[in-house]
Amino acid sequence: MLWWWMLGGATVILAAVMGLLFYALRTDTPRRAPSTLMLLGGAGMALPLLVLTLLLVFSLRTGEALLPRANGETPFRVEAHARQWWWEFIYPDVEGRPLHTAGELHIPAGRAVEVRVVAHDVIHSFWVPRLGGKMDAIPGHPNRIRLQADAPGTYRGQCAEFCGVQHTFMGFLVIAHAEDRFGERMQALARPPAADHPGAADFAASCGACHSADARRPHGAGPNLAGVASRRWLGGGALADDAPDRFIRWIARHPELKPGSREPDHALLPADAAGRIARFLEDLR
Amino acid sequence: MSGTPQRSEPGASTANPPPPGLDGALEALWGTPRGWGRLSAVNHTIVGRRFIVTAFVFFAIGGLLAMLIRAQLATPANAFLGAAVYNQIFTMHGTVMMFLFAIPMFEGLAVYLLPKMLGARDLAFPRLSAYGYWCYLFGGALVVGSLVLGVAPDSGWFMYTPLSSRPYSPGIHADVWLIGITFVEVSAVAAAVEIVVSVLKVRAAGMALNRMPIFAWYLLVTAGMMLVGFPPLILGSILLELERAFGWPFFDPLRGGDPLLWQHLFWLFGHPEVYIIFLPAAGVVSTVLPVFARRPLVGYSWIVVSIIAMAFLSFGLWVHHMFAVGIPHLALGFFSAASMMVAIPTAVQIFAWIGTLLRGRPVFQLPMLFICGFFFIFVAGGLTGVMLAVVPFDWQVHDTHFVVAHLHYVLIGGFLFPMMAGAYYWLPHFTGRMPVHHLGTASFWLVFVGFNLTFLPMHLTGLLGMPRRVYTYAPGLGWDALNLLSSVASFVMAIGFALFVVDIALQRRFGRPAPADPWGAGTLEWAMPLPPPSYNFASQPAVDGPLEPTRLATAIMTGEQHLGVTRNGWRETLGVDAATGRPDQVLLLPGPTFLPLWMALATGTFFVSALFKLYLLSLAGAAAVLVLAILWLWSMGERRDPPLVPIGLGQSALAGPADRRSPLHAALACTLVADASFFASLAFGYAFLWVIAPNWPPPALPAPSPALAAMAAAGLVATTLGAWRAGRARSPVAPLALSALGAAVAMGALAATIDRLPSVSAHAYGAASAALGAYALFHCGLALVAALYTIARVRAGFVSPVRHLALCNTRLLAGYAAVTGLIVVALLHAVPAMVAP
Repeated sequence: MLWWWMLGGATVILAAVMGLLFYALRTDTPRRAPSTLMLLGGAGMALPLLVLTLLLVFSLRTGEALLPRANGETPFRVEAHARQWWWEFIYPDVEGRPLHTAGELHIPAGRAVEVRVVAHDVIHSFWVPRLGGKMDAIPGHPNRIRLQADAPGTYRGQCAEFCGVQHTFMGFLVIAHAEDRFGERMQALARPPAADHPGAADFAASCGACHSADARRPHGAGPNLAGVASRRWLGGGALADDAPDRFIRWIARHPELKPGSREPDHALLPADAAGRIARFLEDLR
Repeated sequence: MSGTPQRSEPGASTANPPPPGLDGALEALWGTPRGWGRLSAVNHTIVGRRFIVTAFVFFAIGGLLAMLIRAQLATPANAFLGAAVYNQIFTMHGTVMMFLFAIPMFEGLAVYLLPKMLGARDLAFPRLSAYGYWCYLFGGALVVGSLVLGVAPDSGWFMYTPLSSRPYSPGIHADVWLIGITFVEVSAVAAAVEIVVSVLKVRAAGMALNRMPIFAWYLLVTAGMMLVGFPPLILGSILLELERAFGWPFFDPLRGGDPLLWQHLFWLFGHPEVYIIFLPAAGVVSTVLPVFARRPLVGYSWIVVSIIAMAFLSFGLWVHHMFAVGIPHLALGFFSAASMMVAIPTAVQIFAWIGTLLRGRPVFQLPMLFICGFFFIFVAGGLTGVMLAVVPFDWQVHDTHFVVAHLHYVLIGGFLFPMMAGAYYWLPHFTGRMPVHHLGTASFWLVFVGFNLTFLPMHLTGLLGMPRRVYTYAPGLGWDALNLLSSVASFVMAIGFALFVVDIALQRRFGRPAPADPWGAGTLEWAMPLPPPSYNFASQPAVDGPLEPTRLATAIMTGEQHLGVTRNGWRETLGVDAATGRPDQVLLLPGPTFLPLWMALATGTFFVSALFKLYLLSLAGAAAVLVLAILWLWSMGERRDPPLVPIGLGQSALAGPADRRSPLHAALACTLVADASFFASLAFGYAFLWVIAPNWPPPALPAPSPALAAMAAAGLVATTLGAWRAGRARSPVAPLALSALGAAVAMGALAATIDRLPSVSAHAYGAASAALGAYALFHCGLALVAALYTIARVRAGFVSPVRHLALCNTRLLAGYAAVTGLIVVALLHAVPAMVAP
C-alpha cells in the first residue's frame, strides 16, 4: 500500500520536474518566472518538507507493526542460526525440548512468529521477501524479527548480506502449515532415525563427524539432516529439484554444485556405501 | 556549432599582443622541463590533467569489470565467471569506481580549474598536489594490479568484518584493499587540505567570498567534508589491518571486539562520501547551466546555504545504511527523518537551476543535453532514495537489486552526466579545440538509453526479491528476462562511452581551434589563451564586478593588472584575506622538483612493505618520509625579513611573509581538523566497545598508576606551555627546549602506560587502549620533532620577530598534542580506575 503511494507520488514529482525543465528550456514562447522566494522557498523547501513529513509519519506507523512487542499474543518462537553458508533453525518450545533442523523453517500459519537471529561466523541477514522485513545476523549481537504468514504455503528466504563465496546459495524455505498439520510436522521431525537401517552404519561412519540425523541430538559442524528427505532444497538452493536421485547426485557432485562450501569432497567414498547413505537419507522423512 | 552565442569576436582578446618578453619570461619561470623532467612537474595544469586522465583510465577498468558482472548475470545458472572470481570482480568494480575514479576525477578537475577560476596562477601547495597524484597513481596501481595477479579484494567494497577478518579472508586479498586504499586516501586528504587553503587564501584581488564562482563554494564545502569524512575510514582500515596482521581484536566479538564498529566507521565515511561525489558534480551544473541560460545563477546565496546544510546533514545519516542491523526504535526514526531532510537542500538547488533557465534565454548545446540527462536520472534516483529512507520499505529492499538501481541512478545521474557535460564544456580549454557536435549527441543517447534500460529493470528485479552480490540465480523466478535486458542494455551504454572516447580523440586531432571564451562564460578560466599557458594569467585580474572573461582578458594579457612582472626568479601569485579578498601578501611558489615523487616512493615503500609484512623495511620507509618531510619544510622560507614589493595597480604587499597569514598556517589547521576527526573516531570506537560490544568489561584491567598519569600530564602541559612561551620570550630557544623535554617525558610516561596494559591480542580493551596510547605517543613525537626543528630554524636564522611562522605552527601542533594527549591519559588511567571494583 505504502509502496503504491510512494511510486505514484514519485512518478508525479518526476514528471512535474521534467515538465518544468522543458518548459524552462523553451524559448519560442514567453515564460513566466516566479520570484526567487516562491521558487526556492516554496517549491524547493516548503513543498518537499510537507511531502516528507507526511511520508515520515506513515513510515513510522507502518514500521511499528514489524517490531517485536508485547501485544497480548504470545508469538511462536524460533531461532535462526546463520553459518557460512547454511541456516540452522531451532524450535525451543516444541514438545518440551529444542529441535534442531536446517534449510527449512516450519511455522504455524496465521500466528505471529518471533525469529531470534544469531550469527556464528560472519554477518548474514535473515530475509523472507514475501513475509516482509529482514534482520541482520551479527556475531555477538542476537537480533529479533517478527513475521507472520497469513496463509499456509511455501515462502523463499535467503541471506541478504554478502557473506563470502557461497552467499548466493545460502537460501532457505519457510513453510507455513495450518495449525494441526504443524504439530504433525514437528512430531515427524522429532522422530529419531531408524537405527537398524542398512545405511545407518555407513552414515555414522562417513557423515557422522559433521552431521546428526536426529533433531533432538545436534552435533557436528554441518547441518542437522533430520527430515532431510522432505526438504525441497539441498545446499541452500544449490540443488533445487526433488528428483529421486538427488542425494546421490549431491554426494558425488556437491563441489561443483556449491563450490567453496565447507563440506569435504566425497570422492573416496565407495559407490556402494554412497548408495546406502543416499537411501538412508531418503528415508529421513 | 550554429547558435553559439558570441559576446565578442573570436580571438578578440589576442588583438592586443602582450608586452614583448612578458609571456616568454613567465613561461621560463613557470614552465616544466621536458623529458624525464616531466616527472618533476608541480604545475597545477599538468597535475590536474594527470589526475583526470588517470581517473578516466580507472573508469574504463571499472567499466570493464561492470561488463563482466552483467555478462555473468545475463542468464540464470551461468557458469561464465564462477563464485570466487565474481566476488573479486564486484568488489573491485565498487572500489575502483568510488576510490579510483569518482573522487580523483573531481580532485583533478579541482586542481586543474580552481586556480584558473579564482584568478590565480597555481594552488597554494603545488608540490603537495604532485605528491597527492603520485600517491593516487601508486596506490591505485597496487589495488588494480592485485586483480591481474588474482589476489584482488573479494569481501565487497564495504569490507564488512568479520568476513574481511583473517579467519574468513585468509591471503592478502583484504590487505590489498586496506593498505592500497589507505595509500590512495593520503592523496584525498592532501587534496582536501590543498583545496580548502587555496580557495580561502589564493584568489584574485577583490574576489570576496561572496563573489567567488559558485564552483569554488562547492569545492570548499566538499573538501571540508573530506577532511572530516575520510579519517574514520582511514582509522577503520588501520584497526582492521592491525587485527589481521597482529591479532588486535577490535572487531572480534569473542574477544571484546564488535563487527558493528567497522560498520559505523565505514558509513561515517561512506555516506558523506556520496555527497562528496555529488557536490562537485552539482558544482559543474551550477557553473555550466547559467552559461547556456545566458543569465547568472538564480539564488547564489540560497545555494551556498543549501550545500553547507547538505554537508552537515550528510554526517547525520550514516546509520541509514544499517537499518537492518537491529537499531533502537527511536534512533531509526531520527535517522529516517534526517535521510529524508537531505532531499530539501537538493530540491533547492534543482529549483534554482530551473529558475535560472526560466529567467534566462536558454540556448541548447551539447553540454545542456547531458545536463537534461542528469536532471531526469538524478531526480529519479533521489526519489527512490526517499523511498529507501522509509524504514519498513528499506527492510524489504535493502541489499536487493533495487538498491543497486538506486545507487547507480544517484551516482551515474548525479556524477557521471554532469561530468560529461563538464567534459564537453571544458574540452576546448584542455585541448584548445571545439567539440564535434554529432558524435557527442550520439554518445549521449547511447549512454542515456543504455543506462535507463540497464537500471530501470533492476528496480523490479529487486522488488521481485533478487539480492545483491549473488553470482547466479535460479531460472523461473521472474528475474530472467529483466536480467537479460539489463545486460544487453549495459553493453549499449558501454558503446556510448567508447564513442565518447573516440569523439575526444577526434576532437583533439581534427576539431577546429577554439576561439577565446567560446561559450560566453562567466568565469575567469576563459580569460586566458587556449590551451592555457603554464602561468595562467600574464597578470592577475582585480575583480571589482561581474566576472566577464572577455572584458577582463585584454587587461590581463597585457600585464596591466596585478603581478604583471617577473623578478628575482620568483613564481608569484597573490595571497588574499580569506573573507574580503583584499591582497595581503605575494606568495612565492616552488618550481618543478622531484621531491614529491621521492616522498611518494617513500610512502609507497611504507605501505607496500606493510602489505608483504616486511615491517623493518616499512619502518625504513616511514623514516624516509620523515626525513623528506623535514627537507621539504626546510626548503621554504627566507633568512631575511619579507620585502614590501609593488603588485601593480598602485598597490604593494609583502613577498612571502612568514607569519600567521601564511597558507602553511591554514594548512596545518586543516590537517589538524582531519586529525581531530581521526581522534574523535578513535575515542568513539573506544567508548563504543565499552558500551555496546559483547564480552565487556574485560577480564583484566591495569592497576591504577597515578604517578604515570601525573608524569604524562606534566609532560604534556610542559610541551604546550614551552611552545606557547616561545612566541613571547626574547629568545625562543629555551622555551622550545622545555617543550621538547616535556614531549619526551610524556612519551616515556605513555610508553610505560602502554607497557602496563593487558595483552593487546587477548581482549579489545588492551587493543583499543594501546591504539589510543600509540596515537598520543605519535603526536608527542611530532611535537618533539617540531620543537627540535624550530630550534634548528631559529639557529639557522629563519625566525625573526616578523618571521615567526615556525613558532606559530609549533604552538598549534604542541597544543593539539597536549589536548588529545590529556584526553588519552584520562581514558587510559581514569576509566579503568572508575570501573574497577
